Amino acid sequence: MPLVKDQRSSPDSAAIIDFPPEASSLAIRGLSLAYGDKQALNDLTLRVPRHRVTAFIGPSGCGKSTLLRVLNRLHDLNDEVVREGEVLLEGEDIHSPEVAVAELRRRVGMVFQSPNPFPMSIHDNVAFGLRLQGGLSKRKRDDIIEWALRSAALWDEVKDRLRASAWSLSGGQQQRLVIARTLAVGPEVLLLDEPASALDPISTLKIEELIRNLKSHLTLVLVTHNMQQAARVSDYTAFLQHGELVEYAPTDTLFTNPRLARTENYITGRMA
Amino acid sequence: MREASTRRLRLPRGEGAGAWLCAGSVALSLLALLALLALLTVRGLGHFWPSPVELVVLEDGRQLAGERVREVPLAQGDGVERLYRTGNRDLDGDRWAWVRVSAIDAVSHPADLVVLERRRWGQAIGRLAAFEAASGERIEGEAAWTALESRLDELGALRDARDRLREEVILPLAARRGGEGSAESELTAAHGRLRELQAAMAGGRLILAAADGDSLSVPLEQVLGARRPNAMSTLDRLAAWGEGVWRFLSEGPRAANTAGGVWPAIFGTVLMVMLMSILVTPFGVLAAIYLNEVAHQGRLTRLVRIAVRNLAGVPSIVYGVFGLGVFVYGIGGRLDSWFFESALPSPTFGTGGLLWASLTLALLTLPVVIVATEEGLARIPDQQREGALALGATRLEMLTRVVLPMAAPAMLTGVILAVARAAGEVAPLMLVGVAKLAPQVPVDGDFPFLHLERKFMHLGYHIFDAAFHGGDVQAAMPLVYATALLLVLVILVLNLTAIFLRHHLSTRHGALTRR
Repeated sequence: MPLVKDQRSSPDSAAIIDFPPEASSLAIRGLSLAYGDKQALNDLTLRVPRHRVTAFIGPSGCGKSTLLRVLNRLHDLNDEVVREGEVLLEGEDIHSPEVAVAELRRRVGMVFQSPNPFPMSIHDNVAFGLRLQGGLSKRKRDDIIEWALRSAALWDEVKDRLRASAWSLSGGQQQRLVIARTLAVGPEVLLLDEPASALDPISTLKIEELIRNLKSHLTLVLVTHNMQQAARVSDYTAFLQHGELVEYAPTDTLFTNPRLARTENYITGRMA
Repeated sequence: MREASTRRLRLPRGEGAGAWLCAGSVALSLLALLALLALLTVRGLGHFWPSPVELVVLEDGRQLAGERVREVPLAQGDGVERLYRTGNRDLDGDRWAWVRVSAIDAVSHPADLVVLERRRWGQAIGRLAAFEAASGERIEGEAAWTALESRLDELGALRDARDRLREEVILPLAARRGGEGSAESELTAAHGRLRELQAAMAGGRLILAAADGDSLSVPLEQVLGARRPNAMSTLDRLAAWGEGVWRFLSEGPRAANTAGGVWPAIFGTVLMVMLMSILVTPFGVLAAIYLNEVAHQGRLTRLVRIAVRNLAGVPSIVYGVFGLGVFVYGIGGRLDSWFFESALPSPTFGTGGLLWASLTLALLTLPVVIVATEEGLARIPDQQREGALALGATRLEMLTRVVLPMAAPAMLTGVILAVARAAGEVAPLMLVGVAKLAPQVPVDGDFPFLHLERKFMHLGYHIFDAAFHGGDVQAAMPLVYATALLLVLVILVLNLTAIFLRHHLSTRHGALTRR
């Protein structure tokens, strides 16, 4: 089914920040996507800066989660999805036939809304992705596991019970375990789909602190419903509505001085 | 998540009739189950308890000796009729006697009444008049009982020695005969020893004086056991009861399935169920994986799913007919004409047997396994699958490393349900391979050790056969109860094994609390 591009609502380019290609990790060009006959994304074009936290905000159903899943090619699982446009990771089209999807997903890790550790021990959860790759000695693997757990600020809490079930951890610990599991395979980009929405405030703060720390060596993309969270952790924020990119700016600018009335209405809670 | 499962909302007790109605249903179901188990246990296990033997003197002077079985009010007039098991079928033509209680003059329990368990004709009850050793020496009086007891012990030891010789020496030697001279001579020597043992066992008989004055001569090789129930202490009785239960479990049936044990039936049931599980599990699990994980979830898949669920409701005899037509006559007949032509016209696989019965029951339980596995797969959150994929797993890796381990308890649930259903099925088996009497179990020392083409005995069918097709239903009834109890126990053990396995799997990672 050909996608219908709605020309009337084409984005106002002045409200959209751009980055030089060499400073950006992901580049999305003319991306449209539909589930069957339901249009989810409409002609999105934006770049995601490297080693920064970029937040996608917008009302429910605006397509921000869909956008995130495209970056990880998880929509491949759905036969009904029709996609147009391209996504470049470090200049390479992630949908091109040369790209192995498993390899792509190792480079672009993803953390989901509610913690989904596997029913294995803490150790095995973090080792899961490493074992898929194979070719690592046990010692090397254990080193990476420790590094990943430290990076996810979980090591001190679990170092004495790595063999315990991952499901015995609290929700916040589980989410950090999932992040550690993702970090262990060495991604360049980390996609976070409302990573703290199922957690209590203290766990949320820990996750947010973790996100700020991780950007020293990772590009992070965060989808969130919580605008305070976006304001707290992100460097740049994109506002999406009805599958379109409305405004994309440094977080400070977007929240204090939005260029468009639509954005202002949303962030001040005056949704039409 | 753990708290959520323990702090469930409950219907308040004491508010309205709803809670009482539900509790009453639970109580009624439990009572029915307990009554069933109690009946089976009391009737089945009570049979092996050596009950006292009464010597009854009637008004008209006749005497009879037997075990009291039960009392029934007379059809006409007052009074009660009492049933005695008197044995001695070869003398009286019947082993039961109905006696009007009002016609009884005296009842006593003489200590010297002997109950003989015989190979043919069932029990014999009477006084031991004399014991004749193989040498012809005749012993009478109380000494005869002592002599009989010690001779029976001897015979038991000799029988064991003979069986050991057969199994451990002669059979292995016969198996590797062919050419070797040493084996041949060893075999001859072993046969010589066997003949010695046989000779040592031969001869001897006892004379039993029945209560009504007739006397009975019983050769010793016919005697399976002798006891004096009235002279036994409680401990003796307990020992005799244990021996009775053990023999019931370990021996083959006698007297057209109305006496003896059920070992071949136990073995057949368990073996058949195990084969069935081995056959049904891979097919059921793979089919469920296809339906839930691979197939496009469209109208066709839904249709297939509904069809599978409905197959679970098809009466089992229909599967039996299918098994008979397709497996036995179709495939079996074809196999016979290809590989066993020399044996024709007597069929090898072209008749009912263990393999066809297991296959038929596997087919019968396939929907159960598919449905249970599919439900388990459907319960796994998509996030688990996506989590695996997001780490760079292929779909196959996702399936084998995350989805299947999580669904393993559900698969085992399916197998448990399948076992419970298959172990109790009798109807289809009657068409595809169960036998009234197959004392040879389908596993032995002959290549290929597991004889899939053999007919086998089954506890369920044994119950049916003993209850309705034995010559003496009265005698078979206690065995029917005992066999029914045993069938329940066998299914319980099979289920417990699977449940234990499932528990082990699901607690390995503390997964139990999550689902």
